[in-house]
Amino acid sequence: MNDLSFLKPASRQIDFDNFDDRLLLYVLQYEPSFFTCISCGGCTATCSAGNLTNFNVRKIGLWLRRGETEKLSEEIQKCMFCGKCTLVCPRDINIRNVILLIKKRIAMLKNENSPA
Amino acid sequence: MEKLIILPFSIGFIYLLGILGFRFVKWISGLSRLDKLRLIHSLKTRRFFDSLQEVFMEGLLHRKIFLKNPVLGYMHMSLAFGWFLLIVVGHFEVMVSRQSLIAPIYLPVFFRYFETGHSFPLAGIFSFLMDLLLLFVLSGVALAMLKRFKKQLFGMKKTTRLKTGDRIALLSLWMIFPLRLLAEGMSAGLYGNGSFLTSTLGHIFGNLNSETANLSLWTAYSCSLGFFFAALPNSRYMHIPTEILLIFVRNAGVKLKKRNNTYTNIQVFSCSRCGLCLDNCQLSAAGINNTQSVYILKNIRNHNLSDEQLFNCLLCGKCEVDCPVGINTIDLRITQRIESTRQYNSSYEYLEDGPAPKADTVYFAGCMTHLTPGIIASMKKLFQLAGENVWFMDEEKAPCCGRPLMLAGQYEAASKLIANNTRKIIGSGAKRLVVSCPICYKVFKEDYELANVEVVFHAEYILNLIRQQIITLKKGADRIIYHDPCELGRGMGMFEPPREVLRATGKVISIKNEKQMAHCCGGSLGNLKISQPERSLLRNQAVEDYLQYRPDVLATACPMCKKTFSRHPGLKVQDISETVVQALQSKVQPKAVIKKAKSNVLEAELI
Ligand code: SF4
Ligand code: SF4
Ligand code: SF4
Repeated sequence: MNDLSFLKPASRQIDFDNFDDRLLLYVLQYEPSFFTCISCGGCTATCSAGNLTNFNVRKIGLWLRRGETEKLSEEIQKCMFCGKCTLVCPRDINIRNVILLIKKRIAMLKNENSPA
Repeated sequence: MEKLIILPFSIGFIYLLGILGFRFVKWISGLSRLDKLRLIHSLKTRRFFDSLQEVFMEGLLHRKIFLKNPVLGYMHMSLAFGWFLLIVVGHFEVMVSRQSLIAPIYLPVFFRYFETGHSFPLAGIFSFLMDLLLLFVLSGVALAMLKRFKKQLFGMKKTTRLKTGDRIALLSLWMIFPLRLLAEGMSAGLYGNGSFLTSTLGHIFGNLNSETANLSLWTAYSCSLGFFFAALPNSRYMHIPTEILLIFVRNAGVKLKKRNNTYTNIQVFSCSRCGLCLDNCQLSAAGINNTQSVYILKNIRNHNLSDEQLFNCLLCGKCEVDCPVGINTIDLRITQRIESTRQYNSSYEYLEDGPAPKADTVYFAGCMTHLTPGIIASMKKLFQLAGENVWFMDEEKAPCCGRPLMLAGQYEAASKLIANNTRKIIGSGAKRLVVSCPICYKVFKEDYELANVEVVFHAEYILNLIRQQIITLKKGADRIIYHDPCELGRGMGMFEPPREVLRATGKVISIKNEKQMAHCCGGSLGNLKISQPERSLLRNQAVEDYLQYRPDVLATACPMCKKTFSRHPGLKVQDISETVVQALQSKVQPKAVIKKAKSNVLEAELI
């Protein structure tokens, strides 16, 4: 059978009354510079991991704002911490720290959820 | 009844010995088996005497502090060495007076109280010596008090903050010797067993001298000793005994191996909180004043180290150079980062092994160099002139070298990138790997196992081209300041090759803050928390210093430093490769045409 699932894509609607802001709030608490991201994509253009895969840093920011923790926890693994994104960001956002915080918080959430 | 005065002293002393014994046994048994063997072995070799000598030079004389700051050095020396001599000479005095080699421990401490006779041989000389030594120690105590209140007099910008345990220990330490002076003075007045210092004091006391006052002074002295001993294990003064252990363990070759073990504790407890690591730490220029090594060590000890502090450090290594105790502050901090991020190392399953083109030389530019295309262009030009058969490994795509991950503590993740790069480099059959970034250089040199491939930093590579006259340079009149990158200078100990290269192009001026004392540019990948505006403050501080010397060019050998400094408007910044290419005599003919076409094809396959 041909895979025709793309004809019926999963809903991309975000329910803002019901979204998971645990990651976002954590990041903003420790790296408030993320507030000023304008999604320009400069980071994505220079990204070393993005050069090797379809990894997209700007999307990380987007998913973070939408509370898409599931997707993030997979995707974030691809970053190599090289720091190029931080150097090119026109808003001086400490992206490397944003990534570190996301990874840390996801690990914390996993620990909370797993029965001790 | 009279003997009761020794009680506070004895209780404190026994308690201290118990705790010390317990901790030392715990720490040594916590070392790995191999490290224990190392330690035992080192006791049987010459290293044992080296360690003893170091204990004497650093633990008692405080030579390194002396060299950095003579007044501070004198303060530490008079307290430590003076007290040590008081104990030693005191014991001799007791042995002579009792005509016996064994005497109770407490006797030399309270000798002038118990020995009222003063009629044994050499008594006069001994009491003179003891008075002299007491004066020596007292001068140190006076300086210590002065330092607490007027630290500027010591040329120190900052001094560390105190906790309750430290306060008790500090106050009792300050009290011990003045009380001893008063007590011995009074005894000298009563029994005439003093010398120039104590007798004079006895005379001054005059009618105040009485048995009761004498007893109370001696009791107070005993109490201050007891308090000090009891407070010592929970105060920073724990560094005194621990430093001795540290010297032996370190000289045995014990190191932290990416995990905390009791060597962490030994180092943490050896920190005297002298605060010398604060003086040159640039973070304070950005108002960051709670993340320096002394605080991290304290937080590890108190189990309250936060990520915000741990990751807010440039890993520039200045504090390691400054630390008189020789604590490996960088290793220690990276180990804490490893522990803190152990749970979320990535596996990078997407990495693929592509075919590696055959070449004599591999060039790895690194992520940072890709942000400074001038360096890449210069390197290509130089390879071309040298007729090098070179494979530009990460021209199109390649994983990062792994060092930035390591700086963030993610060693496991870094090892995945390392394995992938290693296979490619070895697969190319190259004899050497040239890198133009110190961050890459450090990891390739220290953590890659590249068999016969020699890792060469571009400064060495270029220097070789100059020496072999493969390129000839025109020496200009430019005044050049060379900025030592942290990872290359303090990190890898390479100071001269870049300077020599630059000397072929202009006049390299030497400045105060260079080599081991060089500034960090502020761009460091080691710091994950500092903001860009804060980084600019650090950079400006360095630039201001450099501008005093009116350089025409600020040269460096790191793409990161170059990028950071270039953001400053008032300065011409170049990487040494760019300076060299600029100074090339134009007539040189390329020896061979670079075998680029072939590698292009293969790289196309990689994509
Ligand atoms: S640090 Fe991560 S996200 Fe940023 S450029 Fe490097 S690989 Fe990409
Ligand atoms: S780390 Fe070294 S320099 Fe810093 S306070 Fe401790 S002993 Fe002194
Ligand atoms: S490594 Fe550098 S930035 Fe970090 S504490 Fe030491 S001196 Fe300060």
